[in-house]
Amino acid sequence: MQEKRNHKPLLYKLLLAVFCMFLFAFALVPLYDTFCEVTGINGKTGGRIRAAIEEIDTSRIIRLEFITHNNQEMPWEFYVTQPYIDLHPGEVKQVDFYARNPTDIDMVGQTIPSVSPGVGARYIKKTECFCFDFQPLKAGAEEVMPVVLFLDPKIPDHIEELTLSYTLFDITDRS
Amino acid sequence: MGDHHHGPAKGLSRWLLTTNHKDIGTLYLWFAFIMFLVGGAFAMVIRMELFQPGNQLVSPNTFNQLTTMHGLIMVFGAIMPAFTGFANWLIPMMVGAPDMALPRMNNWSFWILPFAFAILLSSWFMDGGAPNFGWTFYAPLSTQGPPSTDFFILSVHMMGISSIMGAINVIVTIFNMRAPGMTLMKMPIFCWSWLITAFLLIAVMPILAAAVTMLLTDRNFGTSFFDAAGGGDPVLFQHIFWFFGHPEVYIMILPAFGIVSEILPTFTRKRLFGRVSMIYAIVAIAGLSFIVWAHHMFTTGMPVIAGLFFMYATMLIAVPTGVKIFNWAATIFRGALTFETPMLFALGFVFLFTIGGFSGLMLALIPADIQYHDTYFVVAHFHYVLVSGALFSIFAGAYYWLPKWTGTMYNETLGKFHFWLSAISFNITFFPMHFMGLAGMPRRIPDYALQFADFNRISSIGSFVFGLSQLLFLYIIIQAIRGKGKKATDEVWDDHPRGLEWTLSSPPAYHTFETPPSEKLVEEHH
Repeated sequence: MQEKRNHKPLLYKLLLAVFCMFLFAFALVPLYDTFCEVTGINGKTGGRIRAAIEEIDTSRIIRLEFITHNNQEMPWEFYVTQPYIDLHPGEVKQVDFYARNPTDIDMVGQTIPSVSPGVGARYIKKTECFCFDFQPLKAGAEEVMPVVLFLDPKIPDHIEELTLSYTLFDITDRS
Repeated sequence: MGDHHHGPAKGLSRWLLTTNHKDIGTLYLWFAFIMFLVGGAFAMVIRMELFQPGNQLVSPNTFNQLTTMHGLIMVFGAIMPAFTGFANWLIPMMVGAPDMALPRMNNWSFWILPFAFAILLSSWFMDGGAPNFGWTFYAPLSTQGPPSTDFFILSVHMMGISSIMGAINVIVTIFNMRAPGMTLMKMPIFCWSWLITAFLLIAVMPILAAAVTMLLTDRNFGTSFFDAAGGGDPVLFQHIFWFFGHPEVYIMILPAFGIVSEILPTFTRKRLFGRVSMIYAIVAIAGLSFIVWAHHMFTTGMPVIAGLFFMYATMLIAVPTGVKIFNWAATIFRGALTFETPMLFALGFVFLFTIGGFSGLMLALIPADIQYHDTYFVVAHFHYVLVSGALFSIFAGAYYWLPKWTGTMYNETLGKFHFWLSAISFNITFFPMHFMGLAGMPRRIPDYALQFADFNRISSIGSFVFGLSQLLFLYIIIQAIRGKGKKATDEVWDDHPRGLEWTLSSPPAYHTFETPPSEKLVEEHH
């Protein structure tokens, strides 16, 4: 007769492997964010920083363009007052964005920034940005939303132009 | 333990309650074939819509639903269960085991499938209709998909559980139940290919399960894994999906390598050339499959250095794949060839899969890929590797082992006819798609520019012939099962076959190798 081998030890090891891979997939989410943050490759700008007094590099001028989008059917009016600014690396500037809720319901918006080319994202330093918070707007209300930013003087020489794009999402249901 | 030998139970309960690897193998193969016809029917409607420019037959949304369901059903319902069917039938007979190691789990892993696909197919009749975001269910299309998306998620979970249990069964059977004297290196190459496939399944099916779970919580429980408004990232979805998806495409081709490597030696009357390098090549392909996923995402905008890494890693896969192709060519070289149907399909596989491999190499090049991405060139590429690759190997394997399974030779004339019809109509269908793609026709659209009309018409005509030819296959199989044909010998093809399955009678008894084969028998047949 053939000897009966106990299959359970191997079975349990394989089930454990399955479970670990399931968890690993969830671990990919923070790993992905960390990886993008460390390498700065995803076009995501960083959070609020305190205004550090940087040396202004007057030898260079970089053009920073702004674009605004409404996601899907977001009905707000949302635009930037200046399409672009020219600034020296290290120089602190303020740009105003304008939003109005034309509907007759109170809504909450959230803007998500993205930078192109993506490698430039980590050099845009914001000391103040409406994108850090939710934007509640009552029906018919309007608001001027400032961004205060400067460019890190370490920004690579080949970057002469950057585009900062803001997409406005409707998160009324979420909040 | 009782010493009684019994045949199958009578009636429906035989199939519902069976723990017999041969019965379960048969169930898997029939299920796969039915799903193949269902997914094929969807493809026929797609090709009818594309027969001429303009929207005539189905609405654009229905068209999207058809492409989604066609992909899901062919991948998870036809190709994967068919290979699991082969594994169930053959692995115990090849390693000299009485059954699969975990027979009750085996029953469960099969019987989940019909329910999973019933749920998936029922989404056609729900409010908002079937899923319409492609088989890759990219976020945010899927996070905003129709209500039936939640049923799609449930069915994918069930398919995943089924595949994982099938894979565990294969690994435990191969590790614990080989006959005395059958070392891993003496084990048939089909078992080797399935062993590696099973490890791939265990590694990546949980990733798919996690992806659909994240989708589920994003849709229903307020999380934001993939929703930018909540701090998530839709590109993250693509990374997770393809981290599963690329090994998945090898899950659908490695068993095909195994089947073809069994068939070519039989009909060339030679040993498989470079057997050990074949095994290492399979392992290498499986290993590389984990570090190439982002080649599906070159157009998402990744840094040059990451793009270069994924490009070179992808091209590196051509090395072990080349090893396999050259080994098959060397096996054929100066062999005493005969061209029975399994051999025709196996040769068709080697030629046409190689074409698919080359178009894959073209797509691996970033500058080219940015041009070809989401065009019909990609559709041509993956149908060359999945239809003339995976599917042709399934046909080859079915013809090769059918006489063993049924005890009756299939009708050789009709089999050859099936091959030539399939091979020619396959090329008529898919070869023009290379040109359409290079000329810029995007995939997943119901309408197209007039310039593509001629090639699309050729494609559609080819696909109708291909689809109808498969009914011939159904007829041939049913005739063999009903015993209409020559009686098959135990050896079937060759007087001195390799492989323990040929030492059994044709058809084999319901229970085989209840006492393991002797070491002498193992040695003689490896």
